[in-house]
Amino acid sequence: MRVPVKYIPLLATAFVLVCLYASGCIAFDGFGSLRVVVDLFGGNAFLGVAAVGATFVIISGGIDLSVGSVVAFTTILIASLLAHGFSPFTAITLALFSGVVFGAFMGYLIAAFELPPFLVTLAGLFLFRGMGFMVHSESLPITHPFFLDTVTDKLAIPLNDRVSIPFTATCYIAVLIIGIFLAHYTRFGRAIYAIGGDEQSAGLMGLPVGRIKVLVYALSGLCSALAGVVHTFYMSSGDPASCVGMELDAIAAVVIGGTLLTGGVGFVAGTAMGVLILGLIQMLIEFKGDVNTWWTPIVVGFLLLVFILLQNVISAVSKRFVSRAANPASAKGLPKGQAA
Amino acid sequence: MNSVVTAPAPAPIKSERFQKREIRWWSSLLWPMAGLGLLLLFNLIFTQGFFHIEIRDGHLYGVLIDILNHGSEVMLLSLGMTVVIATAGVDLSVGAVMAIAGAVAAQLINRAGVPFPVVIGASLGLAVVAGCWNGLLVAAFDVQPIVATLILMVAGRGVAQLITGGQIITFNDARLSFIGNGSVLGLPFPVWLSFGMLGLTALVTRKTAIGLFIESVGDNQTASTYSGVRAGRIKFLVYAFAGLCSGLAGLVACSNIKCADANHAGLFLELDAILAVVIGGTSLMGGRFYLAGAIVGALFIQTLTTTMYMQNVSADIAPVPKALAVLIVCLLQSPVFRRKVMAPFRRKRA
Amino acid sequence: MATDPQALLEIRGLTKSFPGVKALQGVDFTVRRGEVHALMGENGAGKSTLIKVLTGVYPRDSGTVRLDGTEIRPDSPKAAEAVGISTVYQEVNLIPHLSVAENICLGRQPTRLGMIRWRAMARRAEAAMARLGLRVDVTRPLSSCSIAIQQMVAIARALDVSAKLLILDEPTSSLDENEVEELFSVIRKLRGEGLGVVIVTHFLDQVYAISDRITVLRDGGLVGEYETARLPRMELVSRMIGKELSQVPPTQSGDVAGKSSTREPFVELKQCGRRGSIAPMDLSIGKGEIVGLAGLLGSGRTETARLIFGIDKIQTGEMRVEGKPAEYRSPSEAIRAGFAFTPENRKSDGIIPHLSIRENIMLALQARHGVAKAISRKQQDEIVEKFIQLLGISTPGPEQLVMNLSGGNQQKVLLARWLATQPRLLILDEPTRGIDVGAKAEILKLMQSLGRDGMSILFISSELEEVVRYSERVVVLRDRAKVGELAGAQINEEAIMHTIAGGASE
Repeated sequence: MRVPVKYIPLLATAFVLVCLYASGCIAFDGFGSLRVVVDLFGGNAFLGVAAVGATFVIISGGIDLSVGSVVAFTTILIASLLAHGFSPFTAITLALFSGVVFGAFMGYLIAAFELPPFLVTLAGLFLFRGMGFMVHSESLPITHPFFLDTVTDKLAIPLNDRVSIPFTATCYIAVLIIGIFLAHYTRFGRAIYAIGGDEQSAGLMGLPVGRIKVLVYALSGLCSALAGVVHTFYMSSGDPASCVGMELDAIAAVVIGGTLLTGGVGFVAGTAMGVLILGLIQMLIEFKGDVNTWWTPIVVGFLLLVFILLQNVISAVSKRFVSRAANPASAKGLPKGQAA
Repeated sequence: MNSVVTAPAPAPIKSERFQKREIRWWSSLLWPMAGLGLLLLFNLIFTQGFFHIEIRDGHLYGVLIDILNHGSEVMLLSLGMTVVIATAGVDLSVGAVMAIAGAVAAQLINRAGVPFPVVIGASLGLAVVAGCWNGLLVAAFDVQPIVATLILMVAGRGVAQLITGGQIITFNDARLSFIGNGSVLGLPFPVWLSFGMLGLTALVTRKTAIGLFIESVGDNQTASTYSGVRAGRIKFLVYAFAGLCSGLAGLVACSNIKCADANHAGLFLELDAILAVVIGGTSLMGGRFYLAGAIVGALFIQTLTTTMYMQNVSADIAPVPKALAVLIVCLLQSPVFRRKVMAPFRRKRA
Repeated sequence: MATDPQALLEIRGLTKSFPGVKALQGVDFTVRRGEVHALMGENGAGKSTLIKVLTGVYPRDSGTVRLDGTEIRPDSPKAAEAVGISTVYQEVNLIPHLSVAENICLGRQPTRLGMIRWRAMARRAEAAMARLGLRVDVTRPLSSCSIAIQQMVAIARALDVSAKLLILDEPTSSLDENEVEELFSVIRKLRGEGLGVVIVTHFLDQVYAISDRITVLRDGGLVGEYETARLPRMELVSRMIGKELSQVPPTQSGDVAGKSSTREPFVELKQCGRRGSIAPMDLSIGKGEIVGLAGLLGSGRTETARLIFGIDKIQTGEMRVEGKPAEYRSPSEAIRAGFAFTPENRKSDGIIPHLSIRENIMLALQARHGVAKAISRKQQDEIVEKFIQLLGISTPGPEQLVMNLSGGNQQKVLLARWLATQPRLLILDEPTRGIDVGAKAEILKLMQSLGRDGMSILFISSELEEVVRYSERVVVLRDRAKVGELAGAQINEEAIMHTIAGGASE
């Protein structure tokens, strides 16, 4: 069975994931338990949700540095609104709405004025971080029963009498499924791939490039806000100082998951595996106990390097294939009319 | 016969203001200085004692001195970042490399029998090695700069923690402490260091051909290659230099607090450095670079932070004006924005 | 104005100007149903502007465009597509990472309830390719297909949008003989179905092989429309270049005619070639000799220069410099050997736009000197001043940014850059393109005196008159291969045109 070249990074990611999980199961008792798997999904749910949005942005050829700040802002906004007596429904809706609107605004600046996404979303990072503190300067616990009881108890799905799937994990999986559907089964998703692959050609082929870009950043904003919501479920509090540097984790998960930072190629499922890998590394280190936590970023950096070089090798190989296919017009025959 | 009277290519239509970027070295500083000037003006009006300087025990004290002092880390970083950005690249790892440099210095200084020059040498040396690593990825392996330096940004702090063994390492050595806390002729040493590096960098880039090559590679790499410039080598060198600058900033940082904190040293300073460079007039697309402009940009950022502090704005909210500054600078640099918005001010050239 | 009932596309009096440039003036263009129509012209003729106006990239200033009798005014490529005009560009504007099927159906994928139906899409793609007589695995990524197939996919996409008129812009530049034949059989098939096909190309042989009619443009105006079968090759070439046979004056190749043809060779190419670039050829440039490289657009002249200068690697054959084998793997190696090259495309490959005149002029010399030692400002000023005078660069001062100069002055700056290195071989690729008459003459006279002083020069130009006047020998290229060489008294425009045209029976 010939594997299409484009799936090789995805397979590599899957391979790393399986290896990590297997070595954990072999090395530690209890690693192979259901609880661990559930924890992996539940504990990393907010990162996973945000990473889905980041995947789309990166596939479209852009980047979003504001993720962590939006997540933090969302958590404190919700906590603050709840503290002021708003209903969970209102609070959550407002939070999501703000994420979408600001994402769309960033997308507009990027599309209309051709500003570099790096700088615009950097501004977003600063803006939301500051705005979070303007909402409330410290972390704020959430006391609303919906968050404390409903989410943790009623909305959890019991698997057996000891373990149940937390609502956070359910949200994550739902977002994941929607993300995969969007990427592979909608025209919008395919347009994102097209724009990331070759923006100029996509425009010439008739795709509304500007509009799609705005929507992509709006989507990322929505996912970041949603991640914030999930975070409040998990932590039962809002904290404007949290999630510093989270956008890097999201980007790392996306790259490890097989998405090219140059755009045009990528898999939402791959990102999910990347998130799991990040979580597994963390967990392995915890289980080991005596390995210092600083190894996590080093291992992640190493994985990033490996996957980036792998991507470079693959694109170099496929480029050579294409140029090899172009032959000269030399087979035209002998030159005529030779002069002295 | 040459019947073809081809009309000359359409003359570039640009506003007079943005067109004649004359090469008088100070004129490029106009915009960043104007921004800084506005801030200072604001403080003149609204902040008591902002411009007050006094001399005690032969040392200068005052808000302005503090700005220069605290801004030194970003000033140093921005020098390296300027030349990197000039080649149409970027270095996200400068903060992490700062942490590494500080960690090495703190560890070595506490070890008996290590001569001071070795401490400094090892610390800066490892920082330069980190820069070379970035340079290798970008120049030899053709990895996108954002991606290449992202790796070190992520892994670098882990490496720094590895060196410190996960602890915050304190030290008492007077010589190391002098770097961040000492003063020369009344001015804090970091200020001397920053301006000294500015002078040295300006000298090297202008007295040797490297400044010319950096700008030409960033502006048009193909044409530069066709003219015989070794673009790969130039790119490698700028990242190595950025490593050196990060090392110096890292020494200042750890010396300032008399300890190496691998987690917090230089946190997010790369973003400030990039912002400083952009405010200073260097375009993210590469080409002409402005070292002095970057210094002014760094001072602008520091002044902004200090202004808000003195206006009792919480430090946490300080990023908001920074965000606005980023957006304004981006818009001003965007040709599309200039075309759409500045159109009323244009004059077409025949 | 009688409308031909067979006419699919009728353009009358099309005019389009840009600031300072009249790209099209009163051009008529007609394409009939079931016809393959070649659109030809040299650089600046207006071909690409015509296509861009037709496909909605630019709005027209005046004139009418009728498709099937109805006047159309498309304002975007998408609108043009909707009306039935589809274009396939030379660069195959498709998305390499996506599959063949996706590329054919992008933006119009079959959906049910918003969900893409992949199998239906694959079937539609297969049908589209089958219409061209091709069977391809439509699920493979486009980048894994050869350029020829990629072009077919682009055509299939164009047809999928139910095109009435198909425009092919330089479709055969990257294809080999077999692939060209395959493409032609597809075109013939489509012609049989009643489609109108416009093919923009400069490959003479192919034009005669596939087209029914030819329209020639020159300098924005219409030269004429001809039936291919009734137009002798020689006449076609002369129409494109703009010289009537009878008009060509009995020529002088300047004061070069008397020069001895035995010169010590400085640079020799022995059967040098490169896949996708040029066929193996012999070329020799003597010391102090001016060799002209003539041929139509796209014949491989720039490609030859790139091989000599080390930009592209020579794949077959060998190059010798002063009798010794030489292989330059980068321009800086060639420069160290004393070579210099002014590229055809000043803007993208030549000038450093945001740097000053002085910096642009000094760049190559400085690069040769190395990084460590900057050439002193005093020396720089001297050199720069000398060349500003010598070449007559009009500027308020040497610190002026190069991007603000006119084309002619930019070219002079580039020339100065290379002259400052005192090269032994100077390769000039279209040095007078886009330059006013006065500056042209200056540059050419300078070239002549450089040759007299012993510099070897490879002079590439589309202006036959220039080539004739200033070259001691002329090497003629056609369709990426060398087709002839003329020396001394043999050099005249008629002979060059004959050689380009080739073809036995004329």
